[in-house]
Amino acid sequence: MSVLTSPPKSPVGTPVANSLTAGKLPRYTAVYVLIGCIAVMSLVFAMIAVAAGSDFNIVASVFLGVVAYVVVIWVLSRAVEGPRKASDRLVTALVATAFTIALLPLISVAYTTIVNGLPRFDIQFFSESMRNVVGPGGGALHAIVGTLLVTGMATLISVPVGLLTAIYLVEYGRGRLKHAITFFVDVMTGIPSIVAGLFAFALFALITDDPGIRFGFGGSVALSVLMIPVVVRSSEEMLKLVPNELREAAYALGVPKWLTILKVVLPTSIAGIITGIMISIARVIGETAPLLIIAGFTTSMNYNLFAERMMTLPVFVYTQYANQGADTQAYIDRAWAGALTLILIVALLNVIARIVAKVFSPKTGR
Amino acid sequence: MTSAPPASAITAKPRPGDRVFSTATVVAGTLILVTLAAVAIFLVAQSLPAFTAESADFKGDADNFWQYVGPLVFGTLWAAALALIMAIPIALGIALFISHYAPRRLAQGLGYVVDLLAAVPSVVFGLWGISVLAPAVQPFYTTLTEWFGWFPLFAGPVSGTGRTILTVAVVLAVMVLPIITALCREVFLQTPVLHEEAALALGATRWEMIKLAVLPFGRPGIISAAMLGLGRALGETMVVAMVLSPAAIISFALLQSQNPTTIAANIALNFPEAHGVGVNILIATGLILFVITLAVNMIARYIVDRRKEFSGAN
Repeated sequence: MSVLTSPPKSPVGTPVANSLTAGKLPRYTAVYVLIGCIAVMSLVFAMIAVAAGSDFNIVASVFLGVVAYVVVIWVLSRAVEGPRKASDRLVTALVATAFTIALLPLISVAYTTIVNGLPRFDIQFFSESMRNVVGPGGGALHAIVGTLLVTGMATLISVPVGLLTAIYLVEYGRGRLKHAITFFVDVMTGIPSIVAGLFAFALFALITDDPGIRFGFGGSVALSVLMIPVVVRSSEEMLKLVPNELREAAYALGVPKWLTILKVVLPTSIAGIITGIMISIARVIGETAPLLIIAGFTTSMNYNLFAERMMTLPVFVYTQYANQGADTQAYIDRAWAGALTLILIVALLNVIARIVAKVFSPKTGR
Repeated sequence: MTSAPPASAITAKPRPGDRVFSTATVVAGTLILVTLAAVAIFLVAQSLPAFTAESADFKGDADNFWQYVGPLVFGTLWAAALALIMAIPIALGIALFISHYAPRRLAQGLGYVVDLLAAVPSVVFGLWGISVLAPAVQPFYTTLTEWFGWFPLFAGPVSGTGRTILTVAVVLAVMVLPIITALCREVFLQTPVLHEEAALALGATRWEMIKLAVLPFGRPGIISAAMLGLGRALGETMVVAMVLSPAAIISFALLQSQNPTTIAANIALNFPEAHGVGVNILIATGLILFVITLAVNMIARYIVDRRKEFSGAN
């Protein structure tokens, strides 16, 4: 606390209450204060635990420790460094805390899924379907195949439509049609997944005249309805960020507009576009509600998108959990193993997206 | 001696590539309008029988469609609002942390970590909510009703399972966090570096720089991100269907075992067994959900449009 007792000298030798010349906390003050606050709170809670004979509450002590840190660092900084620096430190603490809070559910979900999913994460799970399985055993091969087929088809439909629409909006669109499309893409973004499922159900029930229709392609259509607006929005944002100078330079060299888009605009923004597409796949691959309605559920293999019910991984997880048989644990284990598989597939997609984004991303100023 | 050449508009040479490409983009754009029209037409057409349905056709003790859908609409809005109240401040914090606070070397990795949260499918969040979160927060809820039971939101009797609307809202908040964060982060990173450096050069602290340069630049992006998050929270089905213990009531109480359920969860739980007019009734509730999301989007779009959006392409 020597800083408190020796106010800084201004060049003329008189102390000035000015944030430009105010004092500065020693370099690692924040770290020490944080450790101190958590230690004090832990001590308090340890004493409470001993007194009450209960367990030591680690969550509460860390949480209150962080709260105490935020208050203490603000007061300290305000006293030593002035109000502007104090609010800067306060925001820094809050922002870092927000990030830590977001990590908690992620760690918890990952930990629970791995611990509960591993018991059935075996070869049998990936080589067998649920046909004629009651109780333990069985696997999710039919669901994995179904998910890959349905989502793959949805991607095949969505990416060309979405990307071309984004190009239209940014490069060609003008007037009423552009405004209409922009507006209705926003509307479509808000379509709840279950409504998309109802739409696909009614569409194909009408076309095929079968009031109980269930098949994989219908699921693809429902997922496309959800996926297209996401692809359009993210691609549009990325295309808009391409500087006009690049386009003008291409036009000045006599490059046709479509080649300018293909060779200049798209390569510049391809990293962002791929990230957007991967986010949209990650969003739809875990969709349960529409597939529950239109793709249905089954225990058998089905490689044909255009006929018969098709199991998908999210629906597999849900049905295993919702319709537990006599041997409850076997069903719950399969549900968690399915959840683990689903997360791994999505994580793999994300890793690929990152690698692609890194390889194709243009060099920026930062 | 010299005379100016006659001014004439320069027309580009028509190229087949240009024609094909621009037509393809127009067709793709129009396809979206057609799809949306199909969704709307189908929903309205299939909903009509529900509005004249007899009271015997409804589950529960509703006499007509509006009595049936009322509590569902309330539950949908209430759960989404709770989720957004929790998610938006934290999402902004995370986005700022990644874009302006974390060391540059770590930032990309941290962004990837938050994106992982978006990668977790809703059904997994449902499993997690019911088997981890609900039991974990139940003792906390008990304490809350004991100490703050006089406050209407926390009124007792407390749910014994933790499967309340507050738990659902927490899970929903976790689910919309990465969406809001990812968009905000992208927008914050696009802040012109010169604006930031100008603020810093004038002596601004980091927070003042963010207030002056980053947040004003990113405001339309923040609103549009919150809108996307709200859309997801309104329509999220599986988490609510799996975690909530539902009832057909209107209640602001957060911690009781009787909770207003949402439209989407109600459809998911009842559609497999529905038949006849029951299907039409569920589709009509879907139409209401669609109208709500439409209204939310239009309001948000209006807010966004009032601000001039920055873009390199205009």
